[in-house]
Amino acid sequence: MTDMVDKQVHSAADRDDPRLKDRSRSRAYLALLVVAVVLALLPLGMSDRVETIAVRTLIFAIMAVAWNLMSGYGGLFSFGHAAFFGIGAYTDAYLVVDHSVSPWIAMIVGALLAAAAGGAIAFLCLRYRLAGAYFALATFAFAMMFLLVVQNLEILHKTEGFNLPILPTYSWKMMQFAQGSRNYYWIPLGILVVALAGTIAFVGSRAGQYAQAIRDDEVAAASLGINALRYRLVTVALSCGLTAVAGAYYTQYYFFVGPDQGFGSGVSIEAMIPAVIGGIGTVWGPVIGALVVGPLAEGITSILRNPPQVLSFLQGLTGLDVAVYAVLLIVIVLFMPKGIYGTLRDRWRK
Amino acid sequence: MTLSTSQASADPPAAETRAFSLADARLPIAVTGAVVLAIVLVYTVGGRDPGLVTQSIVTGLLLGGVYALVSVGLTLIFGVLGIVNFAQGSMLTLAMFLVYVMGHSFGIPVYVATVVAIPIMFGFGWLVQLLLLNKLTISGNENGPLLITLGLSLLIVNVLLMVFGGRPLSVPGTVDGSFTVLGALVSYERLIAFGGALLVALLLTLALRKTSLGLAIRAVSSNSQGAALVGVNVGRIYALTFAIGSACVAVAGGLVAPFISLTPSVGEQFTILAFVIVVLGGLGSVVGATVGGLVIGLVQTVGALYLPGTGSLILVFAVFVLVLFFRPQGMFGAKQ
Repeated sequence: MTDMVDKQVHSAADRDDPRLKDRSRSRAYLALLVVAVVLALLPLGMSDRVETIAVRTLIFAIMAVAWNLMSGYGGLFSFGHAAFFGIGAYTDAYLVVDHSVSPWIAMIVGALLAAAAGGAIAFLCLRYRLAGAYFALATFAFAMMFLLVVQNLEILHKTEGFNLPILPTYSWKMMQFAQGSRNYYWIPLGILVVALAGTIAFVGSRAGQYAQAIRDDEVAAASLGINALRYRLVTVALSCGLTAVAGAYYTQYYFFVGPDQGFGSGVSIEAMIPAVIGGIGTVWGPVIGALVVGPLAEGITSILRNPPQVLSFLQGLTGLDVAVYAVLLIVIVLFMPKGIYGTLRDRWRK
Repeated sequence: MTLSTSQASADPPAAETRAFSLADARLPIAVTGAVVLAIVLVYTVGGRDPGLVTQSIVTGLLLGGVYALVSVGLTLIFGVLGIVNFAQGSMLTLAMFLVYVMGHSFGIPVYVATVVAIPIMFGFGWLVQLLLLNKLTISGNENGPLLITLGLSLLIVNVLLMVFGGRPLSVPGTVDGSFTVLGALVSYERLIAFGGALLVALLLTLALRKTSLGLAIRAVSSNSQGAALVGVNVGRIYALTFAIGSACVAVAGGLVAPFISLTPSVGEQFTILAFVIVVLGGLGSVVGATVGGLVIGLVQTVGALYLPGTGSLILVFAVFVLVLFFRPQGMFGAKQ
């Protein structure tokens, strides 16, 4: 614990030093640029099947980056990010299907709604000093409640969910393109890059530094005059808004969202696991985690659906994909508590 | 129903800060009073057929007994280890499948199988705590155990899915039939489950209060460092507690198996409900979990008279949120 605080103080001091100030951050931006260019060029050699997996992985990654903001940097463990993913997905579906609004606008509306909802939930929890496991439980319960409410609301089509209409013309405005269009890959990639750039900026910013100080020692941070509640809520709102964007894109890409796809507890788990596996509280951890979990889950699912000759005994073994990343999760938490990226970075620094 | 229950949990905290011991006894009485009042209201001005109301109250209490049994294990684990066991529901499923396999492959009757399942689940819980959780629990890591039990839960559910598939299975009961009380139908199987739940809660409370092992568990629960100083093997008590929590689930699984359709995901709803009950009753309180189980069972079935389908679960969560915000220590929990 003291070790962490030390590190925190150090990095804060580093940033105040003019010689060091820009270098670490601009190095991070440069790395992001390189990664973005490489990922943007990838689909040139991709089959449609691989693209589906890649898009799923990108959605995983956006969710994980969002979850990491709140739970990694903010220290508020959320077990209910499905609530915000669902708000994004359903706002998009409702506005696009029933009111023919452009998905881009629906995405922003959803993000604002989710940020407000997340802020309200966190405010209520923090006001009553619910921390740690209690906070996780409260978020879990809220996600569950939203799921039940949606399942019982006529206006949101109860358990049937929304089907997006397939429009006669392709357009950026309505985010619809020819089947297999690479735009379906580039849009979430763009969102992810913006989210990562935002994370880098946030971590270096005053608000981000405060959020981390509060995470490490709330009493100490408050005694220095930091308004703990305010900076926690800022972090939560950012995280929830971004999660809603991922949800809105989910609806757009799959042309469908139902209560379980939006608010199911599986969604919360999908937001959490890549971040934990990659490394909580690091910029790149969630992306690396998503790169591991996304292809693994999708790959196993497609093998199970259509197994090659050697693996024919696997036919119909649903559940194997989740079982594999459940084992991965347990192993990582036990033996690499800082995640893949965090552990490698520490070793590299030594 | 929800409103009156929430009133009861919302009201006392102000008084409770002043007179702690008084509020301790007052709150359970207030909750009981609120529940009785709500039931009377449902009968008199609820606008539902009285026979139907009686039936749902009886069903609710019987269902609540089963909830209580699952929650007792969860609350014990939370109280002593400080771990929220996300795998509680899936361990329940595991126990049910154990009973199913014993009945299906070896022809062991369900209640005998339950008795056999208890030591098996006890051992399972012991191993889980020893191999996966002890290191993290002792170092005081809060999020690690949460993630491990989450992983464990996913693992159990999906391995069961791989082995047994998703189609619902059923465990044949050995005692068929039912009888009527005040015009409400009570099946023997549900009554046995209810009785079993109360018996386990009673035995557990007695064991915690009267035996030296119970004393050690309570010592670790209130101050693990202090307990270690006076010679309690904390790691062993942790493992034992988790094992007892798992054994409770084995009893619950066996008793529920005859009247539930068995799928790998059947336990998930119990995990969520057990959380609600544990928070309502007070984290770590066995009595609280038992009372909370009965209350939630009632809320669910009586609520179903007005909100069909999954709607009554919304009421359950409304209770949960209100308790969480107005009285996070629950009915019988110690003040934080």
